[in-house]
Amino acid sequence: MIRFEQVSVTYDDAPRPALQGVDLTVPEGELCLLVGPSGVGKSTLLGAVPGLVPHFTGGTLRGRVTVAGRDTRTHKPRELADVVGWVGQDPLAHFVTDTVEDELAYGMESLGVPPDTMRRRVEETLDLLGLAPLRDRPIATLSGGQRQRVAIGSVLTTHPRVLVLDEPTSALDPAAAEEVLAVLQRLVHDLGTTVLMAEHRLERVVQYADQLILLPSPGAAPVIGDPAGVMAVSPVRPPVVDLGRLAGWSPLPLSIRDARRKAAPLRERLAPHTPDGAADLRAGEPVAEVARLAVRHGRVEALRGVDLVVRPGETVALMGRNGAGKSTLLSTLVGMHTPASGSVRLGAAGPGGGPGVVPHRTRPADLLRHVGLVPQEPRDLLYADTVAAECEAADRDAGAAPGSCRELVGRLLPGVADSAHPRDLSEGQRLALALAVVLTARPPLLLLDEPTRGLDYAAKARLVEILRGLAAEGHATVLATHDVELAAELAHRVVILADGEVVADGPTARVVVSSPAFAPQVSKVLAPQPWLTVRQVRRALGEAERAV
Amino acid sequence: MSGAARPAGHPPTGRRAQRSSGAQRSKDALYSRGALHAGAWWLWALGLATAASRTTNPLLLGLLVAVAGYVVAVRRTDAPWARSYGAFLKLGLVVLAIRLTFAVLLGSPIPGTRVLVTLPEVPLPDWARGVRIGGRVTAEGLVFALYDGLKLATLLVCVGAANALANPARLLKSLPGALYEAGVAVVVAMTFAPNLVADVQRLRAARRLRGRPDRGVRALLQVGLPVLEGALERSVALAAAMDARGYGRTAQVPPAVARATAALTLGGLLGVCAGTYGLLAARGAGFGLPVLLAGLAAALGGLWLGGRRSARSRYRPDRWDARAWLVSGSGVAVAGLMIWAASYAPQALDPPAVPLTAPVLPLWPAAGVLVGLLPAFVAPAPARAPHAKNPHSPQNPQSPQDPQTTSEDTGKEATR
Repeated sequence: MIRFEQVSVTYDDAPRPALQGVDLTVPEGELCLLVGPSGVGKSTLLGAVPGLVPHFTGGTLRGRVTVAGRDTRTHKPRELADVVGWVGQDPLAHFVTDTVEDELAYGMESLGVPPDTMRRRVEETLDLLGLAPLRDRPIATLSGGQRQRVAIGSVLTTHPRVLVLDEPTSALDPAAAEEVLAVLQRLVHDLGTTVLMAEHRLERVVQYADQLILLPSPGAAPVIGDPAGVMAVSPVRPPVVDLGRLAGWSPLPLSIRDARRKAAPLRERLAPHTPDGAADLRAGEPVAEVARLAVRHGRVEALRGVDLVVRPGETVALMGRNGAGKSTLLSTLVGMHTPASGSVRLGAAGPGGGPGVVPHRTRPADLLRHVGLVPQEPRDLLYADTVAAECEAADRDAGAAPGSCRELVGRLLPGVADSAHPRDLSEGQRLALALAVVLTARPPLLLLDEPTRGLDYAAKARLVEILRGLAAEGHATVLATHDVELAAELAHRVVILADGEVVADGPTARVVVSSPAFAPQVSKVLAPQPWLTVRQVRRALGEAERAV
Repeated sequence: MSGAARPAGHPPTGRRAQRSSGAQRSKDALYSRGALHAGAWWLWALGLATAASRTTNPLLLGLLVAVAGYVVAVRRTDAPWARSYGAFLKLGLVVLAIRLTFAVLLGSPIPGTRVLVTLPEVPLPDWARGVRIGGRVTAEGLVFALYDGLKLATLLVCVGAANALANPARLLKSLPGALYEAGVAVVVAMTFAPNLVADVQRLRAARRLRGRPDRGVRALLQVGLPVLEGALERSVALAAAMDARGYGRTAQVPPAVARATAALTLGGLLGVCAGTYGLLAARGAGFGLPVLLAGLAAALGGLWLGGRRSARSRYRPDRWDARAWLVSGSGVAVAGLMIWAASYAPQALDPPAVPLTAPVLPLWPAAGVLVGLLPAFVAPAPARAPHAKNPHSPQNPQSPQDPQTTSEDTGKEATR
C-alpha cells in the first residue's frame, strides 16, 4: 500500500540528509508503528507519505514514494487527499472550520463528495469515534482527547485507505489515549485501513502493531520487522520490553498479558526482596501548604477544597484526566490565579528565610526565589536568540551572580554551544534549558507541567536523573503528568485530581497500584508484588546475584 | 450504525445529483438543522443599521439598540462567536466616550449659548488657526456630539448583533463556488484572532515566571515577536494540513469554458466600472444603468462558470426558507420605513441641538422600528440543552467556558 524505494530526503541548507536509504513496504490493512529516538526523521518519513515532503516542506527527495500506486513525485498532497489521511502532531493546527460537524465534512467537501453521501459518512464517523454528543460543539471548547478524535475523524470521512498519524497519543491522558487506540484498532480490523504512525509512548501502542519500523539513528537505514524482533535491538523500548530483556525472556513480550505468563519465575526470584522504599519525608518545614483551596474560572469551579503539603526533597506527581485541574493548581502556586477561597502559602524554607509568602500577592521578581514553574511549552520561557544571552537574562532576572545560569546549563545540558538558538534545540534540550533558567533563582519548590511530552526514552531518562539530583539537593518538585512510568520512576508521592478535587494522595507505590489506569507496566506484570520500575527490579536482582 | 439507517436523500438539482443512487427521499437531512440562514440575520442587522444611519433621535436610536439587544438575548446560541455581542456593546460605549471627549476638549462647531464650563484654552500659533484646544463647553455642543456618537454606537451594535446571531463562517458557506477559496482564507483569518489572544495571554503568564512584570507596554512589546513567530508557524502547519486534505483540488474543464470564464469575468467587471462611472458622472446617465446591469450579469456568469472548476460540494448548506424571508424582510422593512419617515418627518428624526429641545418619540417611525422585533418570534430558538449535559463534557469541565473565562480574567487583571 505504501512503498518507499531508496528514499532519502535532504532539506535545504541542512548539512546531512534527514532520511537516507529508506526501503520499505507497508502492506494493506496493517498497523505499522514507526519508532526511534527524537530527531531521526520520523516526522519526515511520515510527511513523505501524503507528499507534504517535499511538496510542502521544500528540500530534495531522492528515490520513489508510492501510495496506492500513485507516485508522490507526480501527485501533489491535494491529489492524494482521497487515499491518504494525515494528522500532524498538533491537532489544533489541523482544523480549518470551527465546529465538529463542519470539520468532519470539510475534507469531503474539498473532494466533491455528493451531499447525501457526505451526510451519511458524517453520521457514521460520529458514531465510530463516539463524537455524536459533540457534533455541534465549537472545536475551541473540546478537550485534548476529543480534539484528537475529531482530527482523526476529519480525515476518516473521506474513506482514505491509508492513515498517517504523528504522535496521536502523546498529549493525552491514559484514558483518552486508550480511546484513540481503540478507534485505530477498529479501523484496522473492521475497515482494513492501513495505519502508519509514530509514537514516543511505546508502552501504549507497541502491543497493537503488526509491523515495526525502527529508525535507530539519524541517517541510518531503518530496521523493519515483527515487533518482538525489532524491540530486541531497539534503543527505545517500553518498560515491559526492558523487563523482558532484563529477565532474558524470548520471544520478548510486548503486552502485559504475554509478560505475566512468563513472569512467574521472576516473581519467585524477587519474592525475598522488597523494593528500595522511598525515604520518609514527613519531617521538615513544608515548602508549600495549600489548604481548602478553591479556584474558579468564571462560573466553573476548577479546583474545590484542595489540600496539599509539599516538603523539601519531596517529589510529588500530580495526575488526573486532561482538564482535571492539574495545570490550574500549578499556576495557582505561582500566583496566576487568585483563590476563590482557602489559602496557598509558600513556606519559609527558602534561602531568604522569613515568613511564608502568598503567591498571588507577591511580586513576580520576589516569587521567583520561592517557586519556579516550567510550563507545558518550555519555549514560552525563552526569549533570547542564543543560549548565552538567555543565561545572562536569567541571571539578571533572578539577581543571581553572573554565570550561575550558564553553570547550571553546563550541568543539565552538557555540550550545548553558547551560540545555539533555543529554537534549534531538541525538545529535551529545550526543556533542560528552561529548567536551568528557572533554577537560576534557586527556588526551593520546582513545578513542572507535562515535562515528558515529546521526549524520547533517552531524554526522559536524563530528565529523571536531573530531577533525582535536584531532589537529593533538597528541592521539592511537583510534576503534573500523564506519564505513569515517569511518576513511578520519580515520585515519592502521587496526588490524583478529578474534577478539581483530590481523590487520592499517598505514597506512589500505594496510589499507583490501586488503580489500573495509573499503574506502571512493571507493577502490572509483577503484581501482587509491589515493584514499580525496571530499575528497582534490576537493583534487587543485582543484590541477589551478589549474595550468591 | 444508527447513522446509516437515517433517511439520506439527495437533492434533485445540481450536477452531481445524477451520480447518487436511491429513491427520492426527504431532502431535509441535507440542509443544516434548525439554524436560520446566516444571510438573513445579516440582512436584518444591516436593515437596522441603515435605519440607525438615518436618524439622530436618541429615543429612536435607543429603541433600535433595545430591539437588537432583545433579539440577540432570546435567539443567540452558546457558541463562542455569540459572546462577541458584549464586546460590540463595549466598543459602542467607547466610541461614544471618545466622541464626547473630543467635543469637550476640541470644542464644537455648533454655536451654543448655554456654557456649562470653560476650560483653560491652550494658546496655539497662527498657522493652527481654526483649531481650538480647551475653551467653552456648551450644552448644545455636547448634545450634538452625544447624538452623533450614539448613531455610530448603534451602527456598531447592529453589526455586533449580526455577528452574535450568525456564525460569520456560515455566511461564507453561501458564497458562490468560484469565491470559495477566498472565503476559506477569511474564515482561517477569523479563527486566528482568538488564537493570537490566547498566545499573548500564555506568553505574558510566562513572563511572570521569569520574574518580569507581565503588565505594561514593554511586556506586550517583548511578547510580540514570539507571538508573531507562533502565528507564522501555526499558519504553515495549517496550510500543510489543508493541502493534505484536498484544499484547492480542481476539476478538469474544457479550455473553451476556461476562456469563456475569463472573458465573461473581465468583461463583466469592466462593464460594472463603466456603468458605475456613467451613473455617477454628470453626463451620460443614459447608458450607465444598462451597461452596469449587463456588466453585472456577465460577471455573475463568469463566477458561475468559474465555479465549475472547483470540484467541491457543500455539506448541509443553510436553506433560505420562509423564516429567512420574514427575518430579512423585517430588517428591510425597518430600513425602508425609516428612509420614508426621513423625507416625511425630518424634524422628528433629527431633533435640532440648537436651540436645545427635548427629543420626542415620533410615533410612526417608532412603530416601524418595532417591526425589527419579528425575528424574536419567527427565528428558531437556540438549542442550549445538549451543551449542559453531554456525557463527554466532564472530561474537561473547565473548557466549555474557556474563552469567556479568559476574557474575564483579563478584565479582572485590568481592573486590579
